[in-house]
Order: sequence, then structure tokens, then C-alpha cells
Amino acid sequence: MVAHGLGKRFGDLWALRDLDLDVAPGTVLGLLGHNGAGKTTAIRILTTLSEPTTGTASVAGLDVVGQAAAVRRRIGVASQQATVDGLMSARLNLEMVGRLHRLGKGEARRRADELLERLDLTDAGSRLVKTFSGGMRRRLDLAACLVSAPEVLFLDEPTTGLDPRSRNDLWEMLRSLVRDGTTVILTTQYLEEADRLADDIVVLDHGVSVAHGTPTELKAQIGNDRLDVKVVHADQLPMAADVLRGYSSKAPSFDEDLLTVSIALNDGTRLIDVVRTLDDAGVDAVDMNRREATLDDVFLTLTAPKRGSEFAQSVVDESTTSTESVSV
Amino acid sequence: MTVALSPNAHPYDHDDSSNSVSRLFAETMVFTRRNLEHIRQIPEKLLDVTVQPLMFVLLFAFVFGGAIDVQGGNYREYLIGGILIQSLSFGMMGPATAIATDLNEGVIDRFRSLPVSRSAYLLGHYLAEIAGMVLSIIVLLGAGLIVGWRTHTDIFHIGEAILLLLVFASAMIWVGTIIGILVRSPDAVMGVGFVIVFPLTFLSSAFVPIGTMPNVLQWFASCNPVTVFVAAVRELFGNPLTPVTKHVWPLDHPVLAAWLYSVAILAITVPVALRRYRIRTTD
Repeated sequence: MVAHGLGKRFGDLWALRDLDLDVAPGTVLGLLGHNGAGKTTAIRILTTLSEPTTGTASVAGLDVVGQAAAVRRRIGVASQQATVDGLMSARLNLEMVGRLHRLGKGEARRRADELLERLDLTDAGSRLVKTFSGGMRRRLDLAACLVSAPEVLFLDEPTTGLDPRSRNDLWEMLRSLVRDGTTVILTTQYLEEADRLADDIVVLDHGVSVAHGTPTELKAQIGNDRLDVKVVHADQLPMAADVLRGYSSKAPSFDEDLLTVSIALNDGTRLIDVVRTLDDAGVDAVDMNRREATLDDVFLTLTAPKRGSEFAQSVVDESTTSTESVSV
Repeated sequence: MTVALSPNAHPYDHDDSSNSVSRLFAETMVFTRRNLEHIRQIPEKLLDVTVQPLMFVLLFAFVFGGAIDVQGGNYREYLIGGILIQSLSFGMMGPATAIATDLNEGVIDRFRSLPVSRSAYLLGHYLAEIAGMVLSIIVLLGAGLIVGWRTHTDIFHIGEAILLLLVFASAMIWVGTIIGILVRSPDAVMGVGFVIVFPLTFLSSAFVPIGTMPNVLQWFASCNPVTVFVAAVRELFGNPLTPVTKHVWPLDHPVLAAWLYSVAILAITVPVALRRYRIRTTD
């Protein structure tokens, strides 16, 4: 699957801009981003549901605009909203999809049974889908994608709303599909999910790709061992940041509202040393939290370094001014 | 969760050259079955094409009918043509609601991401709805026979009347299809449907002779296509026709005019529905 300069405009708003993708067969691409980052728009273009304003994309060598019908035969799509018919049984839903994929009656029925079994839905096969729980609906939706044994599978936030067990089951199933040679493109808001499943990650923010790499590369880039330090007053943020720079090779990020400085720690940093140094420097730290990197760190680090430093600068200016006024 | 899938018998290895008309037919039948399955799950959906018209028959035959004078004719024979056209007109709400509902749910994205012709989806709705309309016609003619309605023409005219009813029903289904595509939510269908169908069916000769209305309404009713369809059905069944008070061409030639109206409505609504559907499902 390849995309070049993909963009989509709704009115004045660019939902997606200049997206380049290159996904090798049998690998998993994770599109990582917050709500409104352009993930769904990208998926809709790649699955022929939406036409790009700019750029081109091809799936299995077929153009998503010019050869949309041929693309549809080779892909499976699971939208964010489960796209199954509530007024039919699970089995009939799958049979309908099979028939629309040109399977014969018997073949469609056999395939439906096989997929119901595979997704643990056999017992619920003849129940109306509107009585299904969210997790069951998701599984049925995924089964509907698999009816045609697609070469490329698109999943838009597949684990949103799933309980932890269903989520693990889904991950396991995706891994087994990938082992069998299926290419998977999935979107997620969770770095952890992208980390576990994806071979490659593209980070989207406001419709623009801000980073691209393997999970390891990305985490190395932002630093996976993070420390948050909360101070009593905004005046102390630059001071705390100065201390923390001594334990990091990366720039700190700031959260003005939470009065927090966040930084990636160098390997082997001891927390007690950081506490002592902060105390010696006279920083009144009220809380500290050492943790793994999250998507927020990815965004704060990759998308807003400018905002962070501008803020730091303005804080410095303010404190300088207040110091001066005191001395006068 | 880890059971292996059987080796893919790829469904597309052979069929790119297959006949696209037979493909369209096969896909249409899948969608038709889906809609019939909905009726099987929720049989109440059929109330508006069965019980509701029956209630109108009873209401007008036994409650209002006694007070309405059809010069030189039996009111119950007069009534059936009117109720047939009225019920089939209200039938446009069925496809409108069904399509508006689909368009508001995720399932439409499933259909769109499948290698299926978009017209098959609309044709599937059409076939399921026309089946409902046929049921409605049978119920109404049966009820008519029970309350005293009779035909007074030959088999060819009766056949033509039934054919005309089917073509009129088809036209109404396609009008309903456009409404379903255009409204933003299924709840809106009821309002839009009533605003169009109520005045058109009641300000016509469907239930009362036009001559009893005030002058302005006589003009409206005489130009109203519903009056023409009702008159055509009555003429073909040999049921009483009340005198024409305002002479407009369609009302003086109701059967021919009814066929022309039907063809015109279908010629406009089918392409518009397909086009609007394409626009509505493209982003």
C-alpha cells in the first residue's frame, strides 16, 4: 500500500495534508493520533469511502480512485462505528456480506459459520445483532471484514470501547492474521497499542504527519522513561526545568495548567539524585511521577516543542521582570 | 480465536467478465432479502400497508359514507378507488424511513466498502417495498369485496387498473426513496410525508365528490394528479364517477393522463434518486 501527498479538505479545513505512506505486504502500520488528527480521514480515503482532494494512493497496486471497485474486493474495513445490521442475526449479516462478495449460497453459509466460531460468536450466531454488547458487535464487524479473506485489513480504532480481555483477544487475532500474510493498517489513540502491534507508526497531528518510524525509534526519539515534576507556582517551572536538563539529553515539555515539567530521563538516572538536586536548587516540588511515555508525551514533544519553549521564555521574562520590580 | 481459516477460495478469480446485469440482479436480491428479513423481525412494519388502509375502509364505508352522496352511485364502490390511491401514496413513507434509517447508521459504510453496485442497494429497497404494496392492494380489494365493492368492466380493464396501481405504487416508492435520501434523520420522514401526502390525497376526489367543495378547492382538486389517478382507477373498474366541475385536460382523459403522469414521475424520480444517493454517499 502506497500513498503520496494525500490530502483532504472539508470546506476551509484540511482534515489531512500531504500524507505519504509506504506499507510492505504482511506488515502492520499504526496511525497514531488524537481525535480529529486525520486518522479516520486517511482510512476513509484508503478504503475508497472518501475521495482525496490532493495526492494519490494505491492498495495492492490498484488506485483507490480509478480502480475503487477492484480495491474494494481486496480489502476489509472495520469502521469506528460497527457497521453491521442490527435487525438481522449475526449469521445472516455475515452471509449477506459473503453473498455481496460473490460467494455462492453454501459457501457464504460455511464461511459465516467458520468466522462465527473463530470470533467466539457461535452461540450468539442466530441472535439479533441489536441485542449484542459493544464488544460482540466489534467482533462481528471484524468477522464481516474477514469474509472475503482480504489482502489488506483497515481497522479504525479497533479496541476503543473493548474490555481488556476482548482487547487482548483482538490483538492476538490480528497477530495471527499478520502471520498468515495479511497487511494491517490500524488507527489508535494509544501508544501502547501501536507499540504492541505495529511494525511502523505514523504520528498524525491536526492532519499532518509529525513523526514516522518503528515503535523503538519513536520511543528513543521522545525518551521512554519519563519524569513529571509538579511545582507550587509557575515561577518555579523554569528553575525545575534547568535542574531536570541535567538528567536528560532532551528538551523538557511544560503543562501550564498542571504546573508540571515533563522530561525524558537518561538511562540509569536515580530518582533520589533528582530529588536532592531539586531541593538544593530551592525548587518546591510538590509531586513527582516516573512513568513510561504516553501518546501525550509524543505530542508534547513532537508537535509542540515551539509552544513549550515560547512558554518557558515567557515565564523567564515574567520572573525577571518581577525580580527587577522588587529590587527597585 | 486462533482456529485457522480455510484456504481462501478467492471469489473473484473468474467473474470480471461475467454479465453485469446478472450481477446487478444477484446483488439486488441480496438487498431485497435483507429488507424482507427486517419485516420478518419486525412484522409491525406492515401495519401501515395493511391495517391502516383497512381502518380507512371501515371509517369511510360505515362512519362518513352515509353522509356522502355520490349522485347515482354506491359510495362503497366509489370509495375503493380513492382509498387504493391514498394508501399507495402513503406507501412512500416506507422506503423513505428505511433509507433514512440506513443512511444514519454505520451499515451503509459496510455496503459502500463492498464491491457492490450502488443502484443494487436502492433496487433492493424498491423490490421489498413493492412486495408490501402488492399486499396492500390485495388487502384493500379483499376488504372492498366484503363491504360491497364490485367491478363492472371486463378482465382487460380490471387488469389495466391493477397494472396502473402497480406502476403508481412504483412511482410513489421512488418519490419516497428521494425523500429518504434527502432528509437528515428518519424522524423527519413522518413530517415531510404528511405535509405532502395529506393535502394531496384529501384535497382530491378520493373520498368526496369535488362538486361539494368551495370554488377555489374545486380548482385545486381538479388539477391535483391524485384526482386523476383515482378517476382512472374508478373508470377502469367501472365504479361511479362524480361529475367533472372544472374541465382540465387530464381530468377529462383520466386513464391516459394517469399513465402519462406515472411515466413522467418515474422518468424523473429514478435518475434523481440514483444521483442523490451517489452524492449523499460520497465524501
